[in-house]
Amino acid sequence: MDQLREYLKAHAVDDLIGRAVLDEASRRFSHSPHAVEEAALKAGLLPARYQRNRKTLSIGQQLALFQARVAVIGCGGLGGYVIEGLARLGVGTIVAADPDQFEEHNLNRQILCTLETLGYPKTAAAANRVRQINPAITLIPLREALNDECGAKILRGSNAVVDALDSNVARIELAKLCSENSLPLVHGAIAGWYGQIAVQLPGQQTVLNLLQRCKEKAGIEKEIGNPAFAPAVVASLQTAEVCKIITHQNKTLSGRIIFIDLLDMRFQEMQIE
Amino acid sequence: MQITINLFATLRNNRFDSDQRQYPCGITIRSILNDLSIPENEAAIIFVNGRHAGPDTALLEKDTVSIFPPIGGG
Repeated sequence: MDQLREYLKAHAVDDLIGRAVLDEASRRFSHSPHAVEEAALKAGLLPARYQRNRKTLSIGQQLALFQARVAVIGCGGLGGYVIEGLARLGVGTIVAADPDQFEEHNLNRQILCTLETLGYPKTAAAANRVRQINPAITLIPLREALNDECGAKILRGSNAVVDALDSNVARIELAKLCSENSLPLVHGAIAGWYGQIAVQLPGQQTVLNLLQRCKEKAGIEKEIGNPAFAPAVVASLQTAEVCKIITHQNKTLSGRIIFIDLLDMRFQEMQIE
Repeated sequence: MQITINLFATLRNNRFDSDQRQYPCGITIRSILNDLSIPENEAAIIFVNGRHAGPDTALLEKDTVSIFPPIGGG
């Protein structure tokens, strides 16, 4: 690792290190792209792909993101955009869970659904997409639904959990699991022009309390559907919350919920406990 | 007493966005839902003066009630 670090330092331009150098280091020292990117960040070098993150995120915060593990539960409308955002942000390990495969009615909004991925497992499409963005990022595809038996196993070791589910019954189970295992949860949900986002930190039951009266799987989306714009908006807000949780910025949405109305173009904020 | 009611998303259909109504002192949110013909399962998340509440919550003069339908897509 010392030799790798010296090689990276010798080939950096100021504190930036390009993709070609990282690739060559991976070959020369027989380390995975993941190990090389982590070594660069540990040496205080910024992979050039992240140079537009500068000033918003320090190299130390970029390292924290790379060493983090985020579980994304659901790889549909919200999950696809969240995975895309986390990969570009530089989250080093993403667990992507979803039992489904892409169908034609997903094409209107799910970023990972294309003519090429129709019929493929959503988690496989997520793994391919992340590999195309950055092979240094590890995506662990789990083609299964979250339940009591496997839930804790899927979530174990996560620095943050993203609720990208399409069922409020499953959301309540996820919020319980996160509460029991002291894991930060970023809740998001969408329907038509509308969406909502909230954060449940360890020691809190805010999302659990919020959803306690949502006894049915589906909400108003069964009447008004889900067009393209709401998932992109809500998923981006969720990604920003994950970023703040991992980089320990005490400015998360915790204690509040935001309701998004893209028809009236208003964001409504309420207190939750 | 005067109560301000804010409805959101599809709950506005054939009702209103925001309205001020007169109700007897101590009325519960459940009674207001009945008055507005909103089934309880369609009033999934309720706030009084910006704080989380439920159908059993009794209201005071000049309270503002905000009612949201369930949103479940992902």
